[in-house]
Amino acid sequence: MAYACAMEVEAAERYAELADQMSTHHNREVAELFAKLARIEGKHRDQILAKMGWASPPDTAVFRWETPEGAETTDYGELHYLMQPYHALKLAEHNEQRAAEFFARFAAARLPADVRAAAAEMADEEREHVRLIQEWLARVEPPEAGWDEDPDPPAVAD
Amino acid sequence: MNEALSTAPVAPASHALAAADYKSDIKPVWCPGCGDFGVVNALAKALAKLGLEPRNVAVVSGIGCSSRIPAYMSSYGFHGVHGRALAAGTGLKIARPDLTVIVTGGDGDGYSIGGNHFLHACRRNVDMTYIVMDNRVYGMTKGQPSPTTEPDWDSKLSPEGTGLREFQPMVIALASGANFIARAFTGDPNGLADVIVQAVQHPGFSFVEVLSPCVTFRPEQKEWKKIVRSDALRPTSDLSRAARRMLRDTGFELGVLYAGERPAYAPRGPRAMRPVTDLEARFEL
Repeated sequence: MAYACAMEVEAAERYAELADQMSTHHNREVAELFAKLARIEGKHRDQILAKMGWASPPDTAVFRWETPEGAETTDYGELHYLMQPYHALKLAEHNEQRAAEFFARFAAARLPADVRAAAAEMADEEREHVRLIQEWLARVEPPEAGWDEDPDPPAVAD
Repeated sequence: MNEALSTAPVAPASHALAAADYKSDIKPVWCPGCGDFGVVNALAKALAKLGLEPRNVAVVSGIGCSSRIPAYMSSYGFHGVHGRALAAGTGLKIARPDLTVIVTGGDGDGYSIGGNHFLHACRRNVDMTYIVMDNRVYGMTKGQPSPTTEPDWDSKLSPEGTGLREFQPMVIALASGANFIARAFTGDPNGLADVIVQAVQHPGFSFVEVLSPCVTFRPEQKEWKKIVRSDALRPTSDLSRAARRMLRDTGFELGVLYAGERPAYAPRGPRAMRPVTDLEARFEL
């Protein structure tokens, strides 16, 4: 559960950072979406804290991710200043899928039964999040070709 | 390593601080996707791990995209002039040895206009940490080749490439006397934070070369995350062994290359205030 909590903390913090980045670049629609995702991940964190009876997230110094960051954390490099809500939701979908796989691996590993049961429960929750994001995606307009073309680009043009 | 060599101040926070406590309220204006976000994140995490009070830390920079970092931190900060961050940082550390001094900048600032300061900062071995966010391009001025740009990088500002061999920062640092040399990647902020912790704790001049993609002018650098090799470099205090490793270096091996045992620079004798006339008397005019 410490892994699960750390994953939600890291994801919430990153989504909040990404919301700030988009806000700075006046992409308000995506900024609001990232802020909403940050709030959702924050709620997941709070649910884990309540379930475990923890006052605050456990010290993350006790373990390290096998990957550079937690499974639900968006890589900074995935952003584009002209990205649309569809792109942001695809990132969220990818993150939730990775989280589900992460816990599913734990659930299938040779670990004590209570650990595997907790991991299986978390995997189910993450799969539910994938489903909810996919529902959300279905309501969002996919981007048209050339969505990243900027008539006044930051890069030097001819 | 001889812990007694460390002149790093021991000023742990009286209360536990979180990484967020080291970030200011100013939001970075970097392009979304920029690697430098990972450095702010890692630096804040590293300072939290070190337990240093923000008022006991100074972040000094030069000019360039990455040199905006002092504004984004809650510690003391100094956004200096182009290429002179190490000179300012050295002066600050000598005047205020109690501060943890972290100098930040980019490859253009640090290896071109600031190249000479880089050599001599390594040589002087003053106890501070230099973090260079290397994206192999001048981003702030819209994409000119920098000293670390590949010779064949073809762009509108460098048709067919410069044809010039790249500057080798880690080799130069090793040859010039830096006491701690490491390479990290912004795509791994947690790993980068660990390296920064080690760099700050190590006595003398610590140099951290950070691969920090520029997604605007070098979008191909998004592929770096697929080619970096984590923990490929293992620390040694043997200079010749570190040099041999550099001969096989591809530029994408991450980790600590060298952790030397050279004592950090310390001014000789007591720092007493003397009248200027005493100083004048010692010069032949």
